[in-house]
Amino acid sequence: MKTSAKTSAKTSAKTAAKSTGATHTRQRWEPWNDPNQRPHVEISRVTKRFGDFVAVDDISLNIYQREFFSLLGPSGCGKTTLLRMLAGFEMPSQGQILLEGEDMSGVPPYQRPVNMMFQSYALFPHMNVEKNIAFGLRQDGVPKPEIERRVAEVIEMVQLNAFARRKPHQLSGGQRQRVALARSLVKKPKMLLLDEPLGALDKNLRTQTQFELMNIQEETGITFVIVTHDQEEAMTVSSRIAVMDHGKIVQVSTPAELYEYPNSRYVAEFIGEVNTLEGRVAAREGDHLLVQSQEAGCTIKTGPSADEPAGRQVWIALRPEKVQIALEPPPDTTTNCLSGEVWDIGYLGNLSIYHVKLDSGKMVTATQANRTRLIERPITWEDRVYLTWPPDAAVVLLS
Amino acid sequence: MKQGASWFNIASLVVGFLFLYLPIALLVIYSFNESRLVTVWAGFSTKWYGEMWNNEGLMNSAWVTLKVAVVASTFATFLGTLAGLIMARFGGFRGRTLFSGMIYAPLVMPEVITGLSLLLMFVAISLDRGFVTVTIAHITFSMCYVAVVVQSRLVSFDRSIEEAAMDLGCPPGRTFLQITLPVIAPAVVAGWLLSFTLSLDDLVIASFTTGPGATTLPMKIYSQVRLGVTPEINAVCTILVGLVAAGVLVASLVTRRQELRREMEERAAQAAP
Amino acid sequence: MARSAKEPDPRQEVAYLQGDGAAAGTLSGLHARLLLLPPYRILVTVLKRLGVSGRNAVIAIPYLWLLAFFLAPFLIVLKISLAEVVVAQPPYTPLFVFVEDGFIAIQASLENYLFLLEDSLYWKSYLSSLRIALVSTVLTLLIGFPIAYGMARAPKRWRFALLMMVILPFWTSFLIRVYAWIGILKKEGLLNLALTQLGLISEPLTILNTDIAVYIGIVYSYLPFMVLPLYANLEKMDLSLLEAAADLGCRPIKAFWVITVPLSLPGIIAGSFLVFIPAMGEFVIPDLLGGSQTLMIGKTLWSEFFNNRDWPLSSAVAVILLLVLVVPIMLFQRMQEKTAKAEG
Repeated sequence: MKTSAKTSAKTSAKTAAKSTGATHTRQRWEPWNDPNQRPHVEISRVTKRFGDFVAVDDISLNIYQREFFSLLGPSGCGKTTLLRMLAGFEMPSQGQILLEGEDMSGVPPYQRPVNMMFQSYALFPHMNVEKNIAFGLRQDGVPKPEIERRVAEVIEMVQLNAFARRKPHQLSGGQRQRVALARSLVKKPKMLLLDEPLGALDKNLRTQTQFELMNIQEETGITFVIVTHDQEEAMTVSSRIAVMDHGKIVQVSTPAELYEYPNSRYVAEFIGEVNTLEGRVAAREGDHLLVQSQEAGCTIKTGPSADEPAGRQVWIALRPEKVQIALEPPPDTTTNCLSGEVWDIGYLGNLSIYHVKLDSGKMVTATQANRTRLIERPITWEDRVYLTWPPDAAVVLLS
Repeated sequence: MKQGASWFNIASLVVGFLFLYLPIALLVIYSFNESRLVTVWAGFSTKWYGEMWNNEGLMNSAWVTLKVAVVASTFATFLGTLAGLIMARFGGFRGRTLFSGMIYAPLVMPEVITGLSLLLMFVAISLDRGFVTVTIAHITFSMCYVAVVVQSRLVSFDRSIEEAAMDLGCPPGRTFLQITLPVIAPAVVAGWLLSFTLSLDDLVIASFTTGPGATTLPMKIYSQVRLGVTPEINAVCTILVGLVAAGVLVASLVTRRQELRREMEERAAQAAP
Repeated sequence: MARSAKEPDPRQEVAYLQGDGAAAGTLSGLHARLLLLPPYRILVTVLKRLGVSGRNAVIAIPYLWLLAFFLAPFLIVLKISLAEVVVAQPPYTPLFVFVEDGFIAIQASLENYLFLLEDSLYWKSYLSSLRIALVSTVLTLLIGFPIAYGMARAPKRWRFALLMMVILPFWTSFLIRVYAWIGILKKEGLLNLALTQLGLISEPLTILNTDIAVYIGIVYSYLPFMVLPLYANLEKMDLSLLEAAADLGCRPIKAFWVITVPLSLPGIIAGSFLVFIPAMGEFVIPDLLGGSQTLMIGKTLWSEFFNNRDWPLSSAVAVILLLVLVVPIMLFQRMQEKTAKAEG
């Protein structure tokens, strides 16, 4: 409760502060910021223990209708356990889960209006594609003609018409994935749970399937909850992401907020690449903070930030792509300027990555888009370089 | 060096399989011997098969054995499948260690102990010894083999298939019948075959637990073997070995072919875009 | 259509009762319909309060069977081993006797166990069984390992056929396989015939009815039990480990001893248990192939029971044999549980 309330309050404050001319005219779909919306799923103070091990630790979370919600975290962070509690395979040790206001405790998986797509797809090996998809409808005693119609519909949707009579072992990985998706969608569940749905696919197919998933989600209007450890996947598909660690939710935000306004070093480092510089608050200047950093060897003027007492330890997060690298020093080298020596260069074609060793010994990464066609770039190993950034690029992290 | 190692492998295989098969081969060959003496080859003949057929005592006990084997293996398959399911899927419950002990111990328990203890118990509850007691005894030890076969199939198959069925609205009991059972069917059939042959084979436990009128074929063979080797017994043994071998070979070749076809189809599916 | 979880009473109660009903297919449908009838519902509720759920009922079926026909018989053996032999039906004294004032007296005697200690026949039988079982296990391992190794390193397309060839004798009758050796090993048997005709011996060898014949019989009968777990283990081994060893300067023979053998230890142990434990109590092999001087406890028990009709004494023999075997049996169970878990 505590985590969630705090995060959402902060999030809305930030979004309000952040919405500039370009975006505030456009109507945005953000049911989580609308106090009149009732959440579709309410997870309230749920804890799950296995013996002494606490897999899910006092989590509260609201998910809204039509959301594509991601649970993101490293393996063992409790995301799959949380998903399995939504499906009904595990019962919470404490707390409750409400689906459209109804308490789900004690309701077994086969009586929940929720379906799941399994990481292994879990297709029934002795049934063909049609029978696999029809299975759930048959359990509910849906009349035969209707079963046939609805099965044909989803088979069409996932483009498996040619394979309807094949058995799972006669399908490729991508086809199996689509059968699994169709099978869990055909019952029109109130919520679809996806456990690492694309984990078994190779990279190209995965990217393509991510967009297919998004289209299907929009078409059907079903709430999707996806578990993944792949931050790129979560960023691509989600309306919101909950980043988890050790059974707790660290931050719940939209992908963009998560990237640009992480609330901790854990989130900043988990989503994309980041440089963190340790320092102490020196003073406040308008809505900026001035942070004195030994590691950086300069004063850092941060972006808009909440007030923090002078002397408090903070970390400054700087995304590598927001850092400019130059051979010439800027006019003021005492504020927002790092200087060091080029230690390593990684050339990726579209980008170049520079690892710069600061005078304090700290390594900092800067990436530059290679806009001009050059074989030899002017900056090379052991050059003395200066790193600068626009003031609002520096984010203050308290933990 | 590699060549030498592989020669060694071939040699050990040849010697090993000669050792395994020569005795049975000789037994089969001498069942067709005209002479009553085992060591003298007096020409090909099937007369011992005829005599065996006319030996009423032998035929009766063969019939008893068959009945016991069919009934016992069917019950054992039922109980053993349940036991395997419990071991693989039910997780912890009170008395699980004892249960697993009672499943694994009969696999290695000396037959004299099993036989003696069952007999003493049948006497203690004054159950008349005969067909029923032999069958109960056979169910008890062969259900453990079935349990182990079924359990190992269950642990190697993806549990989320059962979860998926439940997620789609199928209650646990129906999930077992519609999903689990069809998938583990080959193991269940193998378990039935195994308990059938175990029952067909058993001498010691049957000797303890049987009563008048329920003499099994192994007991009959045993009592005749003690008197010496006869071509007639060779003939009985040849038929038994032949039947079991044919059954096992057919069953495994069929499953093997299915496996190979499946592998090929899988490869074809993966190769397609 | 998805079912709604919340229903007015009594359907909600019904849903709860259906909860973990592991009843089978159409049965569960019937069960669901019956639950709408109050008497049935009350019965099910009461059973559930008592902890009798569908799940427990499923556990109970095989559990009770094994308790009744596997565990209970052992307790009876233990009981009878404390009784005395009498000429009666059944031929032993009861453990509990009703004495005149309505009390029950326990009449137990350790006489049978004392007798086992006194009479050298019995402890010699135990020791000799132990020796024969140990020696046979080692022999089976020595013969089985090269076979399993050869199978595991054979070309892939042969392996199925080879495996079948090992499994086939395992399925055929044990008695017949032992019987087949009588015709070979006896004095005028095929082995002696062959050896004489080759001119290797002039006098026929006496093999049948000696301990050697027993060793041959045990090794032959139990060979598949050794080969199968060994093969399963060796086949799984990653051959690049041997290449790595060779790359690091280890000769093939040495690599076999320092890589292959240690890695196949679980297979060796499993196979040895599968041979040793049943061989300890073997009856058919020493009876048919062994001689009168071959002492094995299974044979002693058999003759004590069938020839001397001394049920209490043979029970005591069985109890001691079980005590000897309880440690290896428990180790075996532990190992089986572990491998079952590892496979999952």
